[in-house]
Order: sequence, then C-alpha cells, then structure tokens
Amino acid sequence: MSQYFKPGDWLVTLAGMLLVGSLFAQLWGRSEGTSVVIRSGGKVVAEASLARNRNFEIQGPLGTTLVTVENRRVRIAKDPSPRQYCVQQGWLSHAGEAALCLPNQVAVELAGAVKPYDSLSY
Amino acid sequence: MTLSVINLPTAPDDHRIARLAAFAIGLSLMEAVLPSPLPGVKPGLANIVTLLVLQRFGWRAAAWVSLLRVVAGSLLLGTFLSPGFVLSFSGAMASLAILALACKLAPNWFGPVSHSILAAFAHIGAQMAVVYFWLIPHSGVLYLAPVFAAAALLFGIVNGLVVARLLDEAAPVPAPAQS
Repeated sequence: MSQYFKPGDWLVTLAGMLLVGSLFAQLWGRSEGTSVVIRSGGKVVAEASLARNRNFEIQGPLGTTLVTVENRRVRIAKDPSPRQYCVQQGWLSHAGEAALCLPNQVAVELAGAVKPYDSLSY
Repeated sequence: MTLSVINLPTAPDDHRIARLAAFAIGLSLMEAVLPSPLPGVKPGLANIVTLLVLQRFGWRAAAWVSLLRVVAGSLLLGTFLSPGFVLSFSGAMASLAILALACKLAPNWFGPVSHSILAAFAHIGAQMAVVYFWLIPHSGVLYLAPVFAAAALLFGIVNGLVVARLLDEAAPVPAPAQS
C-alpha cells in the first residue's frame, strides 16, 4: 500500500485530517455561551449578554430568584425552592447549559453562536 | 418515419470518451442502489474512472467523462434537473476545477491519492455550499459538515489507492492524441 502513497500524498492526507479535526472541534465542540435567557413561567422575562456583570431578580410563585452574571458565567445565587437544585448546579458557561428552578418556575439557559440542541425550548 | 439520416463524424477519441463515460455511468448506477447512512455520504466510485482518465488521457477527457456521467447518469436515474442533479453537477464542476490545478503538481510527489482527496473535498465543499445557500439556508446544515468532510477524506484515500493500483497494473498506453 505504501508504494501508492507518494510523499506529497501523505502531506495531503495529513492536511485533510487536520481540516476534518478542526471542523469537528469548531462545529461539534462545546462553544462558550454568549448570552443568557431567563424565563419565568415559560415566558422570557430577561435576555442579556454575558459580557456585563449584573444581577437579575425574578419573581416566581414562591418568591424571588436571584440570577447572577459574572465573568461570562451565570449562576442562580438565591432561590426559594425547597431542594435548591438549581443553586447547587453552580456556574454555567457553555452554550446550551441550563438551570431550572421548577418550584419557582424560573429557567436560566445559555445561548451561543451555534445552539447545540433545542430540546430545552418550551 | 424519417428518411434522412444524420451522420455525425466521430473520432477514435470520441469513442474512447463514450466508452469510459459509460463505465462511469455504470458505476454511479451501482452506487445509487447502495444504502447510505446519511444522504450525501457515498463512496463516489465513478470518480475512480474520472481520475484514471485524468492520469492517462488528460484533463479535457476527464472533464468530458465526468460531465457526461453526471448528465447521462441523472437521465437514467430520473433525477435530471432535480436538486440532486444540481448537487452532483456542482460537485463535479468543483472537482474538475481542483483537478485542473492538482494535475499541475509535481507528479513525483503528488499521485492519484492526492488528486482523489482534493477532488473529494472540492466535491463535498461545493455541495455543502449549494445546500447552505440554496436548499436549506440554516446553520444546522453546517452541523453535518465534519461528518461529510471525514467521509470525503476516507473515500478520497480509498478511491485514490484504487486508481494508483489500477494504473500500476495497466500496461502503459502509447501517448494518445490530446482531444
């Protein structure tokens, strides 16, 4: 088989592999989130870029959920839900990641340039 | 019933191109019945003929064989002028354009494998462009690009090796007149 591969053929093969690898990394890799979408009771109540640090106070049936944007990451800092699952999820930074506080009906989702999947849309 | 008979004068080169194109059409018909996991991922067996013709008879003959294969193959499959035909046509045109450049590369360094890989990438690149800009203008299409590129690389290498093997086995032909 190697008699049919000339030196340049190896180079072209290598370049092809690099191209395929970079395509996979670019299009299938986890991309950084660029903006955050906050929903309350299924309706979008806030949408913001991750570039600016700020807090959101979202009113739900149980009380106020505090969403914090800091250093291009998002977390739910405070929530009245009894089991605190969404608070324990901690910081989210990749596109497509989400935290749901079901008792208080608040959802936080990160959006990026390419949305990896869309099953989280209501 | 027509009484007049139209006779087109044909040269031996025309017969050879017709024979090779028929060969390529046969291969693409065979390939059409192969099941594919993803529409668009195909081995491109007919390109073996195109590459062989390129090596032995030059680019012009390869262009004739390739385009005849696309048009006549689509007539036989009933896809003439359908989106599928436009895809094969644009892929074939892009491959031929790349091959026109690739066959200028130093032949001691770059063999049929290089030609085959480059042509496969050009083929799928043009098809992705047509799909994205004309058929499905949605970024979700790009999501499949890595799979198509990987398939292009794999089948490009395999087809190139087949061509290299066939060229090796075949006795050298006396240099044909360039058509």
